[in-house]
Amino acid sequence: MGKYICCTGFLKSTWDQVCIAFWQRYPNPYSNHVLTEDIIFREVTPSNCLISRRLLTKTSRAPRWMERYLPKHMASSAYIIEDSIIDPQKRTMTTLTWNISHARLMSVEERCQYQINPEKGSWTEIKREAWISSSLYGLSRAIQ
Amino acid sequence: MNSVGEACTELKREYDQCFNRWFAEHFLKGDRSGDPCTETFRKYQRCVQKAIKEKDIPIDGVEFMGPNKDKPDS
Repeated sequence: MGKYICCTGFLKSTWDQVCIAFWQRYPNPYSNHVLTEDIIFREVTPSNCLISRRLLTKTSRAPRWMERYLPKHMASSAYIIEDSIIDPQKRTMTTLTWNISHARLMSVEERCQYQINPEKGSWTEIKREAWISSSLYGLSRAIQ
Repeated sequence: MNSVGEACTELKREYDQCFNRWFAEHFLKGDRSGDPCTETFRKYQRCVQKAIKEKDIPIDGVEFMGPNKDKPDS
């Protein structure tokens, strides 16, 4: 049982600026719960795309609203992986982010595609998709 | 930002600095002349991969962009 969410939005910055900022996004005032950030894999492919894997650790063991339903002794760190592909020829960036801890409890995957805004070349369009699923019955119903 | 391996933070910062410069000034501009950061990356990776093993962080076995393959849209 799961939920799919999708939306498209935009940032008032160029695609280049968005990509540069992407690698410098931590720390920031909205990310106090992010404790560590590491690149754990990176390569330039034969077609000149940059592929990277980033590992984040966060303080919360689960989304805040879920915490009161969880046993207190659960692991105190949440681990998140973010894979990304940046194509400087096509001017596209695709990212996929998912949690590797507590995944049976609740799994959230988010995919984002960044490209030049077709209506305004100095802006960036973002298409976001998220898949949320949980193996806990009660929680699944809450997600629906 | 800190590394997951406490001893690796300095190496991480050195690498990040090198990478950010190369990324903005060369990679995004289509310059394929090669990556000046391979040495700092190697040192950083040696440290961080060791820390990941020591902390038992379950990063193995997932292919790149793996979880999203064959994902239904609804």
